[in-house]
Amino acid sequence: MAYLEENYDIVVVGAGHAGCEAALACSRLGLETIIFTVSVDSIALMPCNPNIGGSSKGHLVRELDALGGEMGKNIDKTFIQSKMLNESKGPAVHSLRAQADKQDYTREMRKTLEHTDHLTIRQAEVSEIMVEQGKITGVRTCSGAVYHSRAVVLATGTYLNARCIYGDVSNPTGPNGLQAATHLTDSLRANGVELFRFKTGTPARVDKRSIDFSKMEEQVGDERIIPFSFSTDPESVRKEQVSCWLTYTNENTHEIIRANLDRSPLFSGTIEGTGPRYCPSIEDKVVKFPDKGRHQVFIEPEGLYTNEMYLGGMSSSLPEDVQHAMYKTVPGLEHVKIVRNAYAIEYDCINSRQLKPTLEFKAIEGLFSGGQFNGSSGYEEAAVQGFMAGVNAAMKVLEREPYVLDRSQAYIGVLIDDLVTKENHEPYRMMTSRAEYRLLLRQDNADLRLRSIGHEIGLVSDEEYERTRKKERQIEEEIDRLEHTNIGANERVQGFLRRHGSTELKTGATLAELVRRPELNYVMLTEIDDRFPDLSDDTAEQVNINIKYEGYIKRQRQQVAQFKKLESKRLDVDFDYSTVNSLRKEAVQKLNLYKPVSIGQASRISGVSPADISVLLIHLEQMRHGGKR
Amino acid sequence: MTNTDTIAAAATAMGSSGIGIIRVSGDQAFSVAEQVFRRHGKSGSEGESGRSDRGEKHWNDRRDSERQQEGNPADSRRRPWVGQDMGGEHRKVYYGHLCDGDEVIDEVLLLTMKGPYSYTAEDTVEIQCHGGVLVMKRVLETVMRYGARPAEPGEFTKRAFLNGRIDLSQAEAVMDVINAKNQYALKSSVSQLRGAMSFRIKGIREKIIYEIAMIESALDDPEHISLEGYPERLREVLKPIMAEVKRLLDSADHGRVIKEGVKTVILGKPNAGKSSLMNVLLGEERAIVTEIAGTTRDTLEEHIQLKGISLNVVDTAGIRDTEDVVEQIGVSRARAAASQSDLIIYVVDASVPLDDNDEEIIRLIQGRKSVVLLNKTDLEGVVTREELERKTGYPVVCVSAKEETGIDELEETVKSMFYQGEIDFNDEIYITNVRHKTALTESLNSLMMVMESIEKGMPEDFFSIDLMNAYEQLGSIIGESVEEDLVNEIFSKFCTGK
Repeated sequence: MAYLEENYDIVVVGAGHAGCEAALACSRLGLETIIFTVSVDSIALMPCNPNIGGSSKGHLVRELDALGGEMGKNIDKTFIQSKMLNESKGPAVHSLRAQADKQDYTREMRKTLEHTDHLTIRQAEVSEIMVEQGKITGVRTCSGAVYHSRAVVLATGTYLNARCIYGDVSNPTGPNGLQAATHLTDSLRANGVELFRFKTGTPARVDKRSIDFSKMEEQVGDERIIPFSFSTDPESVRKEQVSCWLTYTNENTHEIIRANLDRSPLFSGTIEGTGPRYCPSIEDKVVKFPDKGRHQVFIEPEGLYTNEMYLGGMSSSLPEDVQHAMYKTVPGLEHVKIVRNAYAIEYDCINSRQLKPTLEFKAIEGLFSGGQFNGSSGYEEAAVQGFMAGVNAAMKVLEREPYVLDRSQAYIGVLIDDLVTKENHEPYRMMTSRAEYRLLLRQDNADLRLRSIGHEIGLVSDEEYERTRKKERQIEEEIDRLEHTNIGANERVQGFLRRHGSTELKTGATLAELVRRPELNYVMLTEIDDRFPDLSDDTAEQVNINIKYEGYIKRQRQQVAQFKKLESKRLDVDFDYSTVNSLRKEAVQKLNLYKPVSIGQASRISGVSPADISVLLIHLEQMRHGGKR
Repeated sequence: MTNTDTIAAAATAMGSSGIGIIRVSGDQAFSVAEQVFRRHGKSGSEGESGRSDRGEKHWNDRRDSERQQEGNPADSRRRPWVGQDMGGEHRKVYYGHLCDGDEVIDEVLLLTMKGPYSYTAEDTVEIQCHGGVLVMKRVLETVMRYGARPAEPGEFTKRAFLNGRIDLSQAEAVMDVINAKNQYALKSSVSQLRGAMSFRIKGIREKIIYEIAMIESALDDPEHISLEGYPERLREVLKPIMAEVKRLLDSADHGRVIKEGVKTVILGKPNAGKSSLMNVLLGEERAIVTEIAGTTRDTLEEHIQLKGISLNVVDTAGIRDTEDVVEQIGVSRARAAASQSDLIIYVVDASVPLDDNDEEIIRLIQGRKSVVLLNKTDLEGVVTREELERKTGYPVVCVSAKEETGIDELEETVKSMFYQGEIDFNDEIYITNVRHKTALTESLNSLMMVMESIEKGMPEDFFSIDLMNAYEQLGSIIGESVEEDLVNEIFSKFCTGK
């Protein structure tokens, strides 16, 4: 029996990493928001790896934080080890990663949600979306309760028709045995939404007491901890860290796996979903890379108050007895006791081509979506989409302009553009190589890039924003000073250069020229520069990077200028491309399928050639003048 | 709309007229001109001293035609140059030399047009040089070196249109032209790159993408894949790759990269001496020869340079093996080959009387660009030069392939036909060649930048930026874009992940 329970501005379905960000963004903007979850105890659950960040994912978290998201703050409160990856490489690929106390992470996020005004948490399974004349009007739960709303954000993660599989065991549940959502798929199909079936997996969790760590290499955290959030005081994150451990598989492990491949649901065909290539199960790795004699296994703690350890690198869907046998071949795991089996999970997600860059469905006004439901993978990818979907749902309700970040502004822009423009056949993971302007999109300058947008949206306070602007000014002034301060070839300077193995000066030089030398850096100048200002570490870092890599940065800026031109040429999303005679058939078909919002987006659709783009430009010009006549 | 990048292309067909025009348009057009043009005498807006007659005439003709185009006053708001002084401050003509550094390439007229007073409404320079293919190609290559990039097919027209320079009613036509030209260019570009060359470029690309994937995998998964000692390894990997690109570039200079040139068919009845002629042409030092076998071995093309003119001697089964085109392939095949060729060389044996085969060939070559060779003039002749000239209506060159006499005259004849515009050929091929050379140069530069980054101890992620540029440039030659190549390479070659 259907009945109306309540009216809301916005309904968010799912309380994972995407759902939490969506709901927080909407309610913080003052909109009455309700968030549905199948289990309130599993808000912001981390059902797979116990860490946040990592290469390129760390970038996403910092960008999200600069815009006013929650993930960075939450991990700063709950991390138990922190590491800056790729420190020996260029600044563009430095990336933060923190091990989380999983329970703590969930608890803190739940607390934040519970203490946010305008936000209601509701444990119920949403079974239907309600659509009238192409417009969303609300949702209905399994129990028949109707919630009217002006926008809906779907963030169902891996729960739609989820199935967990290992060996010949197949359970119709979501991750961790949580209840799957079995009705919503039908409702989406009935409303014309096209769905895919994707697959992912997770390794076993084992009892710490059964591990012999003496046979493993210890992996400790960084001494100097840099917080994820630009709002977190760096002093506040100093704490004792726990270690991870590294060990390796060997030929015995691989032997067992090979001998049991016929029992793997992956190879027997039981699993139909498409799995991600970047996070293969151990059986995948053994089959695909037969020459590799060993694979790394990272043993990571799941938290401070549990003995469970995560076996990173050994996700699997092999039968339980094979799992036991193969784990025990790994040095240090000879007597290991499994707490939870490894398993693969299959779930329904959408073909993300159906979304606009705002993450609103093209065909259903007011319906937005984010996270693994959109065909991505990973907590961080989910969170940023949830945030953008939430922000744009809010903008819709507030009748404000939507926010779309482009590929030159943020990894978030790259991620969403890829999802809505490219054919996606596997769960999408962020990678630094996907960002063509990565020298500009660094994790260290996410605040400089995005704080103003967060402020404009209304999720960054005036005070926070002012801090960023001050930093901006300081950087500019200091770079200017360095470019214009000449130093002579005096003994103090020559001595400094000798000490650092740098060529001595013949005539004078600017301070900036010294910073550009590979063997020197900005901070070293303190030794010879009496007017060296007292700047914060992150401000000094900006000065150093901007001067040192100026040439490359300039080049990318020029590329961005070209890129922006095509992005700014808007296309009508209702346009029928078959009316342009000179376009090739393949281009017409693809353009009609994707309905790009700009010439730039059109140019990234596979099957659309540069000549087609020229034709479109001319057509646009013709329309523009034709309209004026 | 403004396009900041600067494009260049030949505005007249190459080799088909006395004067060739290379057009350069875009923000950098004037700065490119400054670098490549060395002036003689003074500048002037109207006929000043020092300008050659042919240049003056051509230049004036062109301006007249522009005046006609601007006749419609209804469009005057979008055409700000209407009613302006056509000469005046906006357009100037200079006489001088086009130079690549210290080397003088040609005596030229330089016409500068300040935007919007030009065809594209952007800053434009037109270089009027001699119309020979090699000259125009060198001029084009030189402006590329100093900052222009090759124009896409139809790009001048596109810019003209987008800048409001062409009437809207022509939009459909412009769109058709762009796509038709692109499809044609792509086809010709791909057809020019037969198996071997394209295979070499693919090979280089595979090596480069592997290195990028290696770096990127390590960046994405630093705990699984280490770059310890990698820069030194990369340097060793890049050395042979760069040498290979360099070789491709050198051969591009000799016209070897692409099957460019005048499509030539040698006709003649059995034993007329076609093979010996070929052997003479191929065997001599003055002829540069490359054999590029197709992906299937059944096409063999001989590439000959005569006095700087490229001849492509083509036959489906290999002309050297096919002694008798008329009899063995049949008249219809010979006719087909002749009809698709730009130049026919008809070889006649002076020692045997003309017969039905010769009659057939003489009919075939009527109305086509042909050279008639009277071969075996070292022997006692039964066919005379006069008889042959009368029958064919073509000038006859007497040669002896055996004694290698008369070959110089043959070359001179072909050359003069070529420069007088008697031989038409597809100049798209040359334009494509320039494009390919630009791409090869760019990719070599990018690889050199990687080397430099290695020397300077730059972090590895900087390598992949330039490597990717080299990869993309090479891809543009064989018509392949990047798309998902990298991601696919990473996942197929490197084991990463949890």
